[in-house]
Amino acid sequence: MDTKLTVNASPSKPQSGFWSSLPYSKKVAPYILVSPFIISFLIFFAYPVVNTVIMSFQEILPGQVEFVGTANYEKLSNAQFYRAMYNSAIYTILTLLVLIPVPLIFAVFLNSKTMRFTNFFRSTLFIPALTSVVVAGTIFRLIFGELPGSLLNEFLGLFDIAPVAFKQSAGISMFVMVTLATWRWVGINIIYFLSGLQNIPHELYESAEIDGANAMDKFIKITLPLLKPVTIYVLTISIYGGFAMFTESYMLFAGNNSPKDIGLTIVGYIYKSGIQKNELGFGSAIGITLLGIVLVINVIQLKFFGLFRKED
Amino acid sequence: MGTQARWKPSTLLLILLFLIVTIIVLFPLYAITLASFKPSTEMMRQGLNVKFESHLFSWHNFNSVFEHRYYVRWYANSLFIAAIFTVSSIILSSVVGYALAIYEFRGRNVIFVLVLVTLMLPTEIIILPLYKLMISFHMINTYWAVIIPFVVAPLPIFFFRQYVTGLPKDFIDAGRIDGCTELGIFARIFVPLMIPAFGAMAILQAIGSWNNFLWPLIVLRVNEKFTIPIGISTLLTPYGNNFDVLVAGSLVAIVPLLVLYIFFQRYFISGLTVGGVKG
Repeated sequence: MDTKLTVNASPSKPQSGFWSSLPYSKKVAPYILVSPFIISFLIFFAYPVVNTVIMSFQEILPGQVEFVGTANYEKLSNAQFYRAMYNSAIYTILTLLVLIPVPLIFAVFLNSKTMRFTNFFRSTLFIPALTSVVVAGTIFRLIFGELPGSLLNEFLGLFDIAPVAFKQSAGISMFVMVTLATWRWVGINIIYFLSGLQNIPHELYESAEIDGANAMDKFIKITLPLLKPVTIYVLTISIYGGFAMFTESYMLFAGNNSPKDIGLTIVGYIYKSGIQKNELGFGSAIGITLLGIVLVINVIQLKFFGLFRKED
Repeated sequence: MGTQARWKPSTLLLILLFLIVTIIVLFPLYAITLASFKPSTEMMRQGLNVKFESHLFSWHNFNSVFEHRYYVRWYANSLFIAAIFTVSSIILSSVVGYALAIYEFRGRNVIFVLVLVTLMLPTEIIILPLYKLMISFHMINTYWAVIIPFVVAPLPIFFFRQYVTGLPKDFIDAGRIDGCTELGIFARIFVPLMIPAFGAMAILQAIGSWNNFLWPLIVLRVNEKFTIPIGISTLLTPYGNNFDVLVAGSLVAIVPLLVLYIFFQRYFISGLTVGGVKG
C-alpha cells in the first residue's frame, strides 16, 4: 500500500511524505470515502445476516447457547406460523391488486391532455404519505371504531346496516389494513406512474391516432407496454412492503396481539417470538423463512420479467 | 383566465372525479382535526365522527398534549434523533455514492453490488441479531441504537451515485492542478452541484426517521426515551382514557412534515419516490 501511494502522489509535490501526500492521492481517496459503508455493512448487515443463520440453529438462553440442529425449523410447522404467512401473503396480494391498477389509471387521467390542475391534485393526493403508519393507524382505528356512533358505523347506519365490530373479523380487519395502505400509498404510486407516462414520446400516440387507434387501443398497445419498467418497480417495492408489514397490524390491534391471530404477520411473528418471548433462535428461523420468500420472489421476477433492477 | 369556456366536458368530468377522490383522501385528516377540537369524553361516548358541533369546540386536548408527562419529551427525542440521523446520514452516504461514481478503483463493482444487496433485503430479517448486537454494545435505551445501525443507508448511496454519475467531470482535473485535495474536490466542486440531491435525501431520511416504528420500538424500552410514534402507540389502550392526547397528539405529530412539505414540495416528491424501496 505505502509504496504505491508515494508513486502515485502528485509529482508537483516532490518532497511530500506519506501523510502530507495522502489528501492528494487518487488511489487512497476512494477507499477512505467508501469506508463508512464498508464498516457499516460489515457490522450492521453482514455480521447480523450470518448471525441470523447461526442463531436459527440455536437455542439462546441467558448465558447459555446450545445448538439444536433443525429443531427451530421443525417448530415452524404450527398454526400460528401458517396464520402469519397467510395474513402476510393475502395482505401483499390485496395491496398489489389495489395499489397497481388504481394509481395507474389515476396517473393516466392526470396525464391526459384535457386534464387541468394536474400539479394541484398530484400534490394533494401525496399528503397522506407524510403521515406515519402510527398516526394513520390511529385515525383509521377511530374511523373504524366499534361504537355505533363512530364514523363508518354511522355511515353504514344510513343504509340500515347494524354496527360492525371491525376488529373481531379477520376479513374486515384485513380490509381496514389494506385501506390504510392504499390511503398512504396511492399518491406515491401515482407519482411513479406519472413520471413513467411523461417519458413516453407523444409522437407514438400521434402516429397511432393517424392509424385510427382509439383511446383504449392506445392505452393497451402503447401505454401499458411502455410502463412495464415502472410497473415492475412498483410491483417489487409493493411486494417488499407487503411481506414486511408490521405496524399497520400493531396499530389496528393496539399491540402485537390480535384475537385468534387474525392480524399476525410474519414480521409480527418475528417480533413476538424474538422480542416478546425472547426466543431468539426460533425468531431467527422465521427471519430466514422471510429471507427465503424474498429470494424466491426475486428469482420468479427475474424469470418472468428479465431484469428487475432499475439499471446497470 | 378565459380558458374556462374552452374546457371540454371530459375535462370537467375528470376534474370532478379528482375533486371527489381528493375529498375522500383528505377526509381522515379532516376527521382527526375536528376530533382534536372536541372534548375527548365526547369521543369516548360517540366514537370518531364528523358532526360539526361548534358548542363543543375547545383547546382542551392540546392542553392535555402539552401537559402530558411525556409527550413533549417524545417530541424532543424525535426531533433530536431526526436531526442527527438526517445530517450524518446524508454526509456519510453522499461521500460513498460520490466515490462510487467518480473513482475507478479495485473493488468498486463489488461494493456497488453490496449496496444493492443491502437495498434488496428487508431489514426486518436481521432485527433479532441486530438487537442482540445492541445489547452487547450496551446501547439499549440510547438514541445511538436508533441512529447508528442505519445511518449509512444504501438508498441514499444509490441515489447519490446515480446523481453524481450524471454530473460533468470537467472540473476535477482543473481542481487537481490548482492543488485541491481529493476531499476538497468533493467539498468545493461537487457539493454545490449536489444540492438538489442533498435536499431530496435529507427529506427522505427525515421522514424515515420521524415516522420509524419497528426498530425504535425494539431498542427503546423506557418512556422517557420513546420517539413520537412509539409514544403515540402506547396511548392506545382498550379503555380509551388517553383519547385527548392520542387525537390531538397525532395531529401535532404531522405538523413538522406538513410545514416542510409546503416549503420543499419538490424535494419531498423526488425523495419519497426513490424512498419507496424501503416500503
